[in-house]
Order: sequence, then C-alpha cells, then structure tokens
Amino acid sequence: MTLLSVKNLKIRFRSGDGKIHAVNDVSFDMAQGQKLALVGESGSGKSQIALAIMGLLARNAEVEGEILYDGRNLLDLSRSELNRLRAKEIALIFQDPMSSLNPYMTIERQLGEVVELHEGASRSAARKRALDVMDAVKIPDAKNRLKAYPHEFSGGMRQRIVIAMALICKPRLILADEPTTALDVTVQAQIMALLDDIQRDMGTAVLLITHDLGVVAGFCEDTMVLYGGRMMEAAPTLSLFDAPGHPYTRGLLRAVPRITEDDAELSAIPGSPPNQTGAPTACPFAPRCVDAIAECHRILPTMQDGRACIRPVEELT
Amino acid sequence: MTDAKKRLNSQEFAQTVSEEMITSRSFWADARRRFLGHRLAVFSIFMLLALLLFAIFGHAFAQWSYEEIDWNVLGRIKTEGGPNWENGHYFGVDELGRDLFARVVQGSRTSLMVGFVAGPLAVLLGATLGALAGYFGGRLDQFIVGFYTIWISIPYIIFFVVWQAFFGRSLTQMILVIILVNWTAGLLIVRGQVMMLKNREFVDAARMLGMSDFAIIFKHLAPNILWVIVIYTSIVIPEVIMAESLVSFLGVGIQEPNTSWGALISEGAKTMTFGTLWQLGYPAAFFVIAQVSLYYIGDGLRDALDPKDRR
Repeated sequence: MTLLSVKNLKIRFRSGDGKIHAVNDVSFDMAQGQKLALVGESGSGKSQIALAIMGLLARNAEVEGEILYDGRNLLDLSRSELNRLRAKEIALIFQDPMSSLNPYMTIERQLGEVVELHEGASRSAARKRALDVMDAVKIPDAKNRLKAYPHEFSGGMRQRIVIAMALICKPRLILADEPTTALDVTVQAQIMALLDDIQRDMGTAVLLITHDLGVVAGFCEDTMVLYGGRMMEAAPTLSLFDAPGHPYTRGLLRAVPRITEDDAELSAIPGSPPNQTGAPTACPFAPRCVDAIAECHRILPTMQDGRACIRPVEELT
Repeated sequence: MTDAKKRLNSQEFAQTVSEEMITSRSFWADARRRFLGHRLAVFSIFMLLALLLFAIFGHAFAQWSYEEIDWNVLGRIKTEGGPNWENGHYFGVDELGRDLFARVVQGSRTSLMVGFVAGPLAVLLGATLGALAGYFGGRLDQFIVGFYTIWISIPYIIFFVVWQAFFGRSLTQMILVIILVNWTAGLLIVRGQVMMLKNREFVDAARMLGMSDFAIIFKHLAPNILWVIVIYTSIVIPEVIMAESLVSFLGVGIQEPNTSWGALISEGAKTMTFGTLWQLGYPAAFFVIAQVSLYYIGDGLRDALDPKDRR
C-alpha cells in the first residue's frame, strides 16, 4: 500500500540572482515498510525533498506539486495540522548529532517532551518512554543517562539519541537525512545496523538520503539517483549496482573505491555540479557526460523505464 | 551487516561504550565554582545580604519611627542632633528632627525594593520582546526594534516627572515607571542571541517534532540565553537603584514621609554647609556599599556565566 507519494515536486528558492531550481519534477512512491534510498551529490536537492515533506523549508522557498501522505496533500496542511503529523507519523533524523540536540536540556526532557506534546503523557510516563526508546537504540546504562546533557555523550551515542528522538512516537515514515555523515566508519556501520533492526521491528518505512553508495548497498531495496534536482535513475538497488542505466550512475559507481580491483586509479567525473538558476532546458548532466551527443544539450529527458536519458543503454560506455 | 549487528548486541560493546561516555560537571555547577573563586564577588554577596537584613529587620532596633519628630533636639540639631546612643538616635536626626537611623532603614527598603522588583521585571519584559523579535523576524522585528528606538530617545527624567504628576508618587507608581523606562535593557542582546540560535539544527529538530513556536522559544531557546538574562539583570538592578536615587535627589521621587537613599542624600546635601555632615554621610555610605557590592556581584556573574570568557 502506498504510504507516501510525491508527484511532480518542484522546489525553487528566490535569491538575489533569480530563482534557484533546487528540485525539478521529482516523483516517487513509497510503500509501507519500504526502504528507499535517495542518492545524490551535494546540492542535488536531496535534503530539500526531505525538508519539503516535513514542511520545514526555508522561507524563501516556493513549492509546487503534491506530497500525498496517506492520501492527504502535506503541502495544503496548516501549520497546526502539520504539527500533529510531525513526529507521530513522519519523523526526520538529522545529519549532525552535534548541533541537533539542545545543549541546555537533559536527554530525558528532550525525549520526553515529544511524548508529552503528542500523546499528553504525564512526566513519569514520558520518562518511561524515553527509557524504552533509549534501550531500543542500545544506549547502555540508559537509566543513569536520562539526566545527562548532550555534551556528556560521544558522537555515535548522540546520533543514537537523535534517532531515538525520531522514533519515540513510533512514526510510520522516517526520513534519515545523511544519518551517518558526521560519524566515523565503524560507528557508521553500527548506526546502519541499528536502523536496520528498528526498521524490521517496527515496520517503519525509511527514506534514506545519502551520498554514500556503500551505505545504500547494505540497507535499501530501492534506490533513486538525483542530479541537479532531477531524477536520473530509479531502480532496485541490486540491479542498479549490477547494471546502471544512466551515465551519471555509471560515473558514480566507477568513482567508488573497491578492494577487489588492483587498479588503484579512481575515475572521477570531470567538471562540477551545475548552476541551478533558471529552469532547466536540457539534461543537467550533459556538460559532464562522456556519452553526451548534441541532442543531450537540447532535450530535457523524462523518466522512462526507470531512467532519464535519451540514449539507449546499449550505446553507453 | 551481520557482523556489525553481532557486535552491536554484545556485552563487550555495551562495556566499551559506557566507558567512553564522558562525565563532566554541569554548566551551573561549573559556574558556581567560578563564582566562588571570585573573592570580591563572594564578599559582596555578604555585604548585600547584610544590607537586606538591615532593611528588613532594621525597624526592630530603631528607638524612633521614621516619621516622628523628636522635639527635644529640634532647633539644636547642629549641637545635639548628631549620632548619639543615649537618646536612641544612632545615626543622629535629620533637619526636621526625625530619627535618621529609622529613615535610613526605610530608605534602604524603598531603594532595594525598587531595584530588586523593577530591575528583574524590566529585564524580563525586554528579553521577552527581544526573543519574539529575534525569533519571528520580519514585520514584528521591525515594529519592536522601531518602537525600541523611539522609546530610548525619550528623556527619562522628563518621563518620570510627567508620569508622577499624573499618577502620584507612591512606591507602586515608582516601580511601574522604572519598569517602563528600563524595559529596553537587554532587548537587543537577547534578540541577537535568539537570531543566532534559531538557525541551529536543534531548533529545526524541535520543529520537526511538532513543537509550536512558543514552546520552542520558552523551552528550547530560553535555557540557552538564561546566562545573558542573569548577567543583564545584575547590571540593571544597580542602574535602577541609581535612577530612582537620581530622580529622588531631584525631588520628584518618592513621597514624604516615605524616603529612599536618593531622597536622604538630597536632604543631607542641602544641609551639608550647616555642619550636619552625618545627614549626608550615612545614607551616602549605604548607597555606595550597595552600588559597589552589586557591581562586583555582576562582575562575578559575568566571569562565571559568560562562555566566551572561560578561564
């Protein structure tokens, strides 16, 4: 059953040099309990999609399209209606655990406050829930940690608390916005394993936003690739890794270091991300694409069979 | 992924992690330690406490009330009105033959009351408006800051005189008008702090969890700027006492027979040339002790709380 359906989402930011088209015509569906990855480099608009779903976009943003959650368009909801959905139905895991916790509040208050707000629970009931969720994210000695302040935890533990905050009201959809970027690799693996556990136990749908293909490979069933605010490719993760159908995806995969290959040289994608002022008129990846033909600079490709490229798969290098 | 999971659930992992956790003093415990290290500030706390006790219980020790005239010394104040333990005028009498000790107690009451009631209330009002302006920005911000700019351009002594001409010269009116004159204290600094803090990710996190704007301001931002408010209050209290004394000195403050430090100093200064120096000396000494103590307490608080000034 479809839980979230994003239709022709366009996000633009008014700025001094005209409008920045951060997200252009992005559409996707998420089923209940699905694990979906949104992959793209910095500036590809992936975080903005998450913020748009939560209704947290910056003030100078203009949004078009539809974000249907359980059949309701989130973009039409008022602030207070949205507040009722937040945390209870949809929650966001922030990227930087160092700055997304209030330094002057104890962990117990930060976690408990959410339950009190959404479920009208009492202080002691809220404390109980905070304790449960801290156990769920495997914070050892949680009982004695309730009264601690964020600075008394290490980075990995803080990220667990951030995850706990998102989980505490048992939402049906979790948006994880680069949940492991600020952590070192060993802790990354723990956090991803934790998310995997929780996802399985609670049947939550997870939209994982990341630039790290390694994280995606181990976690998500389906992957979408974003470039310059447009969808480039969408496919089941396995087939996307086996047989990427878009030159950009191919470039990305070639840029991932592999232990099995002797070839030490990594191939980078030449050039830099596109300037996104003004509406796109051609494939945004064309200037950096090795397979680009003259047509590519004129025609705006649309998604067909899970890929947005005018050239057939067989002809790509 | 399975390896990582096995490790995650192991006892050993729990052990390592709990060892890794940092235990440290809380912010306020740290601040208390730094404040106690500031000797003058600690000494000043005792001085101020002594003053407060004096103001609260002083009347119990006075032989005379603060409004009754001692006819025995009236007319011979210069020779017989000085400080004298035998007739109960510990600090002597004022120019009308009233007991100066009782009057200084009463003056301390008024001045400290004005300082400790009007000061914090004024800061609270300014901080609230500053927080709203900083958080919501836009029109509201422009309106509040514009109003602030106009307000601080009003000369406050004239405002005082006009206000008291309309509403009388009681203690309540005095506190009210002091709040109205001083509410601007702390507005800009709180506004700046809030503008800086509202872009931090934890505010987004609170919004993501469905908190209303007011819950975010009062539950999440307020603890973060509490130190600014505390420091500002410690600065505003002596300022407010000073302002009250100034207007009382000029003769528009509190209504006779009630009195304040400023009013007593004013009376003492008028009679200074007649050789009755005690009439100026005692109230001035209390005023100075209070001001200096409050100043050092403020200084100690600043050292203890300002995160930029950690030693």
